[in-house]
Amino acid sequence: MPDNPELASEYSAFRDGLVDADFLVRSDIDGLYGRTDKFEDIIEGIDRLVVELGSDQNAKVLRFPPVMPTTVFEKTDYLASFPDLTGSIHTFTGNDKAHAQLLQVHSDGGDWTDLLDPSGEMLIPAACHPTYPLLTGTLPEGGRKLDVYGYCFRHEPSIDPTRMQAFRMHEYVYVGTPEGALAHREQWAPRGLKLLTDLGMTPEKVVANDPFFGRAGRMLAVNQRDGELKYELVVQTYPGQMTAVVSVNYHEDHFGKPFNIKSADGAVAHSSCVGFGMERIALALLATHGLDTAIWPESVRELIYP
Amino acid sequence: MSNEDKVREVLTEQGKLPGNVAELGIDDDLYQAGLTSHASVNVMLAIEDEFDIEFPDEMLKKSTFASIAAIDAAVQQIQSES
Repeated sequence: MPDNPELASEYSAFRDGLVDADFLVRSDIDGLYGRTDKFEDIIEGIDRLVVELGSDQNAKVLRFPPVMPTTVFEKTDYLASFPDLTGSIHTFTGNDKAHAQLLQVHSDGGDWTDLLDPSGEMLIPAACHPTYPLLTGTLPEGGRKLDVYGYCFRHEPSIDPTRMQAFRMHEYVYVGTPEGALAHREQWAPRGLKLLTDLGMTPEKVVANDPFFGRAGRMLAVNQRDGELKYELVVQTYPGQMTAVVSVNYHEDHFGKPFNIKSADGAVAHSSCVGFGMERIALALLATHGLDTAIWPESVRELIYP
Repeated sequence: MSNEDKVREVLTEQGKLPGNVAELGIDDDLYQAGLTSHASVNVMLAIEDEFDIEFPDEMLKKSTFASIAAIDAAVQQIQSES
């Protein structure tokens, strides 16, 4: 959902409050923040609850740096859906002469980044993306479950602190049969709802409305909605605005096909995932219960600060 | 070239279908024939180029591209309205 211009003053008031109360540290760029210990304590509390929910999944734990090969990025077809959110890494590959030119352009106030070349790496837009190339081949009976947690990047600068450009997503991914993928999604939607309810919030499950790019994107968005492929668990963060904090997403064969993953029966694998937006849940807690965590409801404090 | 032939040509170039487009009946379900949602977007854009039309928002949905006949009908509808 795009920013609502009518809420601009609410966004900046919440952001300033978070900075003044020592949860976030601002940078010169909208949507890019440092996190303080106070904020990280909340994140750790939420993550403990997420891991508890996932303790029956027998999921393989995988952690990645926030960067993946461009070749993997290309296969996910992200470029077709969200070209405007991508983060491509560039670096200097020239010689001494080119270096001198680079410095000259910079000192002249010119755009020195024009002189950089793509490194062959992209920032990861969704935590599960780097896992799919590891699954190429035939999966065991019952498929595979993965526990992935890491930073994601989406270039959508905003003054709304709940729309960060770099944020963490903790995911449980299933790859296997279509039935297994749907079952995984159906298992996790109520778990997510329970987690948010236990934390004193009033979540709703809604069909997702991803910001697919352009006219082509309008069609992809309709397909996603009509197929009810992705749900979001939303909570109120501002008056009249619900923010997605968890998503459950059935990918069909979107990853199975390009990464050549087969389920045990030899068919193209289907996949699904649940993604917990860690900063978003923390911010929703702060929006719901206030910036003074000492006076949060005791039941919530016990869960976050056991 | 008839509209149907043009639609088949676009499907051959953009549909990424595993089978032969020439063997598809005009009412065959293209999604069952292997048309992915991403490929359907490319088909949509190529149809617009081929016929020099623009699909209105309400037609940007899966069912518009569900079969050769459906695409043909959508193209005719836009052409008759312009």
